[in-house]
Amino acid sequence: MTEAMTDPRMEKQLGMETEKALTPRPPGNSVMRLRNVAVAFGGRTAVHDVTLDFPEHQVTALIGPSGSGKTTLLRTLNRMHDLTRSAQVTGQVMLGDVDVYGGSISPTLLRSQVGMVFQRPNPFPTMSIYDNVVAGLRFNGARRKGLLDEAAESALKSAVLWDSVKDRLKAHASMLSGGEQQRLCIARSLAVEPRVLLMDEPTSSLDPQATKRIEELVTELKTRVSVIIVTHNMQQAVRVSDYCAFLLMGDDRAGQLIEAAPTTKLFEHPDDERTLDYISGRFG
Amino acid sequence: MTMTQAPDRRHARREEIQKLASGSERRRKIYSGVGLSICGMFLVVALIPLISVLAYTVQRGVQAWSADFFSHLPTPAGIPGGGIWNAMVGSLIIDGIAAVVAVPFGIAAGLFLAESEGRVAGVIRFAADVLSGVPSIIIGIFAYIALVRSLGHFSAIAGSFAIGVLMVPIIIRASETAIRGVPHTLAEAGLSLGARRSTVARRVILPTALPGLITGVLLAVARGVGETAPLLFTAIGSQYFATNPNQPMAALPLVVFQDGIQAYPDLQQIAWGTALFLITVVLVLSVGSRLIAARLGRVRL
Repeated sequence: MTEAMTDPRMEKQLGMETEKALTPRPPGNSVMRLRNVAVAFGGRTAVHDVTLDFPEHQVTALIGPSGSGKTTLLRTLNRMHDLTRSAQVTGQVMLGDVDVYGGSISPTLLRSQVGMVFQRPNPFPTMSIYDNVVAGLRFNGARRKGLLDEAAESALKSAVLWDSVKDRLKAHASMLSGGEQQRLCIARSLAVEPRVLLMDEPTSSLDPQATKRIEELVTELKTRVSVIIVTHNMQQAVRVSDYCAFLLMGDDRAGQLIEAAPTTKLFEHPDDERTLDYISGRFG
Repeated sequence: MTMTQAPDRRHARREEIQKLASGSERRRKIYSGVGLSICGMFLVVALIPLISVLAYTVQRGVQAWSADFFSHLPTPAGIPGGGIWNAMVGSLIIDGIAAVVAVPFGIAAGLFLAESEGRVAGVIRFAADVLSGVPSIIIGIFAYIALVRSLGHFSAIAGSFAIGVLMVPIIIRASETAIRGVPHTLAEAGLSLGARRSTVARRVILPTALPGLITGVLLAVARGVGETAPLLFTAIGSQYFATNPNQPMAALPLVVFQDGIQAYPDLQQIAWGTALFLITVVLVLSVGSRLIAARLGRVRL
């Protein structure tokens, strides 16, 4: 059903084929689709007119210099801007065949399907490792121990943390190292079984070794979720992503999408000169 | 030409800057010394009344302390062996009821203030500030009109009401500060898992802010325990052992006030002993709140 809706031909019938020339369609099915999405804070545009598809079970990287609106765009996908009173999101965000801002899905239900990992590891400091992993399930009303245990083990294994914490699940999350804490946060998101995992520069506060492990993890997560990752690090984008979108701050100081393409194409034969300038290190 | 001159002139500039810097360093040391002595002077000025009050109360109060003092009911003037057992229980009941009502109310209001930026929050914050500035005797009169006159008799519950009103703004302010201290990223983490805001508040924000909340509550209780004026209009005091909140009840500050103005030395002695006990209770609460905050804060974060 969802697959059928994301079929390009169906889209054409639905009249959603805007700006196809600018953004080559990603291969396979799309898990999330943006149509003319713009974000403004207090009437001031921060990101404008993004039309972009995120491929299912792949890693999409949002790259671009500071101020290009990567994080702002990412946070529209799970309605994090709802908490900022002055924020206004226009355009259409689709998760499968559900209009994210259409009123048919509550922000809380949406966020249980679109998880998020943040720049700095933010485990709940009052909770144990185990309680952190199953926090999302409990918040959503899950109580059955069998379900919680199973979800915790599965999520921790996916986050490559199970072996090092299985004997100290009751220990405080703050006992873990920074990299482990970030993997715990990834496990916490995975435990809710989201369809999409948003990652906002998840390695920006980690050392190179921990960064490497997170990057390896991201590529392994593909089978479980579709990943959308914001990074300011182009090498990281090359290493982890299959598909890549390049954003840039325009003259009006608002971010805009320059181009999106499979990562190898974007880095080897970008269509836009500005992309070439950026990836070859001429600015940003 | 400039190439050869530049180092020399840089050298001269450096020497001048060094001279200025060492000159200003000498000045700074003098200013610093003067400033420190002024601070020290004021510290002494501030400490003199504190220490003399404490020392005098200890000196006079300790004489009153005995097993009887803490376990007996008051006796009429001239009859030895009187105690403050009923006042200790009375204060516990009055302040306990006040805290039970004021704590949830104050923390809820603090949470609201910390989480919302609207006009309503501004009005509430202003109201709490004004309330915390209202003299406690005025609140006593208010409780008298609201609960004593209307019910027709003095009662501990009216005292609890007055003390509770005094506690609420303290708890609101402390809770707001404590809750604002919880990193925003934790709330975002909760929300990103699909939790409602109320769930995040209950399961993430409040537990994380707990050390600060406990501090605020203990400080508010410490303040409430020592309040005298509101109780004069409400609980009024009692010579008997009372546990019914609907009746007049003894309380520690009332003993200090009422026995302290009597002409009988043995009653004055009781007042001194009670004053010392009150100070001890308040000190324990204040220091205890700091210790709890420090300990929980260290383990949790």
